[in-house]
Amino acid sequence: MMEFINFYLIPGLVLGSIYALGAIGITLTFSILRFANFAHGETMLLGVYITYSLVQFSGVHPLIALPFGALLTVIVVLGIDRAFYKPFRNSPTIMVVIASFGMMLMVRSMVQFIWGVQLKGMTQGIQRPMIFFDSLRISPKHITIIGAAIVLMLAVHYLLSRTKIGKAMRAMSDSPELAKLTGIDTEKVVRMTWIVGGALATAAGVFLAIDTHIDTNMGFKMLLPMFAAAILGGIGRPFGAVAGGLVIGIVEEISSYPWIGVEPLLNPGYKAGVAFAIMIGMLLWRPSGLFKGKVF
Amino acid sequence: MSNSELQTVLELDQIIGGYGDTQILHGVSMRVDPGEIVVIIGPNGAGKSTAMKAVFGLLNLSGGKVRLNGEDITNMPPDQVVHHGVCYVPQTSNIFPSLTVEENLEMGAFVRTDDFRPRLQELYDIFPPLAEKRRQAAGTLSGGQRQMVAMAKAMMLEPQILLLDEPTAGLSPKYRGEIFAIVKTVNATGTPILMVEQNAKQALKIANRGYVLVDGKNKFEGSGHDLLEDAEVAEMFLGGGAPP
Ligand SMILES: Nc1ncnc2c1ncn2[C@@H]1O[C@H](COP(=O)(O)OP(=O)(O)OP(=O)(O)O)[C@@H](O)[C@H]1O
Ligand SMILES: [Mg+2]
Repeated sequence: MMEFINFYLIPGLVLGSIYALGAIGITLTFSILRFANFAHGETMLLGVYITYSLVQFSGVHPLIALPFGALLTVIVVLGIDRAFYKPFRNSPTIMVVIASFGMMLMVRSMVQFIWGVQLKGMTQGIQRPMIFFDSLRISPKHITIIGAAIVLMLAVHYLLSRTKIGKAMRAMSDSPELAKLTGIDTEKVVRMTWIVGGALATAAGVFLAIDTHIDTNMGFKMLLPMFAAAILGGIGRPFGAVAGGLVIGIVEEISSYPWIGVEPLLNPGYKAGVAFAIMIGMLLWRPSGLFKGKVF
Repeated sequence: MSNSELQTVLELDQIIGGYGDTQILHGVSMRVDPGEIVVIIGPNGAGKSTAMKAVFGLLNLSGGKVRLNGEDITNMPPDQVVHHGVCYVPQTSNIFPSLTVEENLEMGAFVRTDDFRPRLQELYDIFPPLAEKRRQAAGTLSGGQRQMVAMAKAMMLEPQILLLDEPTAGLSPKYRGEIFAIVKTVNATGTPILMVEQNAKQALKIANRGYVLVDGKNKFEGSGHDLLEDAEVAEMFLGGGAPP
């Protein structure tokens, strides 16, 4: 039992929180800008490498460097929106999706060009797990990641439910046409969407880097589970995305628990397939997701 | 003009335009003077909604002018038109369903920089059912109450003129009467109203003037009373022969 919690459930929660943060950006972009942003994983990648450089340069803890890394990433993302997505604002969705696909390739290549392709570590050394109640083992970095993720989710909740711009984001996600007719500054809403998505993607990436390591394919590997989480929760439902992220993270981890016999139920090599299976199943069974999102 | 009280608030002057290459409006003219309720009636597909969209910069006009208090606002983008004090309740999808009633009204006040709360209270007084349901998602309300949300949302700005596209469409007679009463109340506070209506008889009764639009052209115009009495209009739109 404790083995299940320590080695499957808690890592699942950590991974799930990371997916959740990334999926919030995907679901917001999908519902407000009305396109599936394939470059979201690369936003995460860029955020990780920028933060990595800040850590290298200043020697501070990654969590201290994170806000600055997020800020710089957001600036780049806003520049990309201005130069590459804004001209397509009134174009058919498919054009924007393809533009984002191109952006995905460009950003990744740029990161590989600047930082190289070898594996890197965000933090050095091995942490000893903290032990609670004699048998519950959690490593400090997992506590940090889960705690920081909760703080960020509460911040998103506050933004969307209490602030004018956050409510305008929800309004635009309901109906972009009516938002315009109401006099809502839709460009400002779009910028805010990129800011939130970019900052959360950076946080998710840095958390993943703290938990594992840094490599230039990490953004792409995250893309599928993040989309799966957004779809599972329902497009346009940030809290659906959180729930979806947690479900997928946990299911991925516990799928390799030896539920039957002593062998892992699913070879860990197939973990990535879990998110895919959940996404396809959801699209077939209930395309609006758990929380009644939009169906495009 | 020195006396702005006498100036036409909104004027459509020989509007020509449509969607893409399809021309829908072939020279439509109308105006709304201060304090007036003006009603547009006409058969389905006549271009009534299109005429309203023309005011709101949602159409590319190939000819004609839209003027607000004498200022040319032709083809001005919608958010700018709102800034100029024109508020519009479209025929369909005119509320944000997942936002609460109060959030819908707050969004109506998006362009305001001052405190909108006194205005919110005024509108709750005009639309009492909304005050009760302020924390409820607008999409869960009944048709009539949604229409109230849409109207209240548009009025958060204390607009110079209010455009309503079929505010009573699909409503029960009870709600229809209520909406017409509210239109009169709002108008009595000094807001001129341009309104498209299918319930022509009821609408013309509260209207100062009306326009009949057919095939994207002005067909008749006159005072509400005159249009109600007009045999031809009666036959076409008011359900049956000339009034006695
Ligand atoms: N977005 C659009 N794109 C292309 N054509 C449109 C669009 N909206 C309306 N039309 C066409 O323009 C014409 C006028 O439509 P409009 O909606 O203005 O009519 P209406 O007088 O408001 O009718 P109704 O009483 O049904 O609301 C119709 O032939 C309609 O098919
Ligand atoms: Mg219409």
